[in-house]
Amino acid sequence: MTPKIELRGVSKAFGRKLVLKDVNLSIAAGQSLVIIGGSGTGKSVTIKSILGLLTPDSGQILIDGKDMTRASRRDRKAFLADIGMLFQGAALFDSLPVWQNVAFGLIEGKRLKKADAKEIAIEKLGRVGLGPDVAELHPAELSGGMQKRVGLARAIAGDPSIIFFDEPTTGLDPIMADVINDLIVECVRDLGATTLSITHDMASARKIADRIAMLYGGEIIWEGAKDSIDQSGNAYVDQFIHGRADGPIQMQVTDD
Amino acid sequence: MNKTANPIQIIGHITLASLAEIGRLSRFAGHAVASIALPPFYLRALLRQIWLIGYNSLPVVGLTALFTGAALAQQIFVGGSRFNAESVVPGVVVIAIVRELGPVLGGLMVAGRVSSAMAAELGTMRVTEQIDALVTLSTDPFKYLVVPRILAAVITLPALVLVANIIGVMGGYIIGTERLGLNSASYLKVTADFLEASDVVSSLVKAAVFGFIIALAGSYHGYYSRGGAQGVGRATTNAVVTAFILILLANLIITVLVFGDAQ
Repeated sequence: MTPKIELRGVSKAFGRKLVLKDVNLSIAAGQSLVIIGGSGTGKSVTIKSILGLLTPDSGQILIDGKDMTRASRRDRKAFLADIGMLFQGAALFDSLPVWQNVAFGLIEGKRLKKADAKEIAIEKLGRVGLGPDVAELHPAELSGGMQKRVGLARAIAGDPSIIFFDEPTTGLDPIMADVINDLIVECVRDLGATTLSITHDMASARKIADRIAMLYGGEIIWEGAKDSIDQSGNAYVDQFIHGRADGPIQMQVTDD
Repeated sequence: MNKTANPIQIIGHITLASLAEIGRLSRFAGHAVASIALPPFYLRALLRQIWLIGYNSLPVVGLTALFTGAALAQQIFVGGSRFNAESVVPGVVVIAIVRELGPVLGGLMVAGRVSSAMAAELGTMRVTEQIDALVTLSTDPFKYLVVPRILAAVITLPALVLVANIIGVMGGYIIGTERLGLNSASYLKVTADFLEASDVVSSLVKAAVFGFIIALAGSYHGYYSRGGAQGVGRATTNAVVTAFILILLANLIITVLVFGDAQ
């Protein structure tokens, strides 16, 4: 079967700094892959390359077998219409009320009527545990956890078949983080969506992943089923999942 | 990098960096202009920007024109009286205001207000990933954010400058008649005699060009800002500086093209 998302030999450099080195990844339809790794290891660049926000220097990014790096404008549009993304800081539009944020892709992207889009938005807000009263508020009036929920509602508003999660639990307290993790798992199951997440929160990774891949120094150094991560036999993975300062991964404290 | 770089290297670096910046700005401008013609059109965003740029800039542009016109009349009266030529005041005021000071000072004042605000708003949207979010919601950020700002500024600036020209001439009239003792009727007649249609047209053309520059500089620096709050601050400053320099340069070019051959 053709994988839903496939990366073949993707490399990307900024100036002289090689951020992704020959990355190969494959996600089957309906599967959830979580990429773990420290800050600055190329996790965000991977997602941004798949979304087309960055163009890789070499390699292919295949969605349903179609190479997106060489896709026509129309194919790219069709791809973007079928994805959702939850950003790290939620990235809500602060000039718009909550319901217009959730309905944004339906109104501006898919050209739905405002009244219809609002109905869907309120339903999706309910899906993430927010009442209709929240719909009229502005993002600045919401707590971090509520903003994440609105971001999640926006990501699932168009019933996408692929959802990307960028550090979904960063900046939340552990309980709220778990609530968001549960919501992600439920929403993804309801939609039957394929997901790609990046995180450095192991609790989150264990909860939302089917498979886990570890990115280090721009390379995938380990990939396997979620349950096998504790027996990975990989010193880098062990150090990361246990959060030890000592080990093969040396944190660069100075910046030069 | 070599810390003891020699002067030639430094000049080379600066030259290359400037050329790269000009190239990026030109590409951005080209992309923006190309995006104007193609749907979808965001009419609400356009009207909002016209309101923000136009209506909200009226007080500052009006006051600038009023004070400048008044000061100009006073100076020309003092200078002209040495040759017993006080009667040139209305003519020189109207020409100076309509041809140069109205559009240039109006443009600079609006640039100070609007380019910075655009750079700050788009810059914040960039660093909080709102611009990336637009893309994932099937919305072209150029069409949704940049095009309405550029169109609004190009439409609005001529209207603002027209108002500035009228108020500027009025400033000269007030000082001329109330303080300098010039005859009210002959002041207005000389003003009307001196002013030609081509002056007004060139004034409005300048205003439209300056409007394009103002929105371009603000959008460009905001759109490509990075590095958090500091980056947004830098974008804001750069937007105003870029807009000022480009407005003054464009003004020189248009003035030479339009009035360069006049005898």
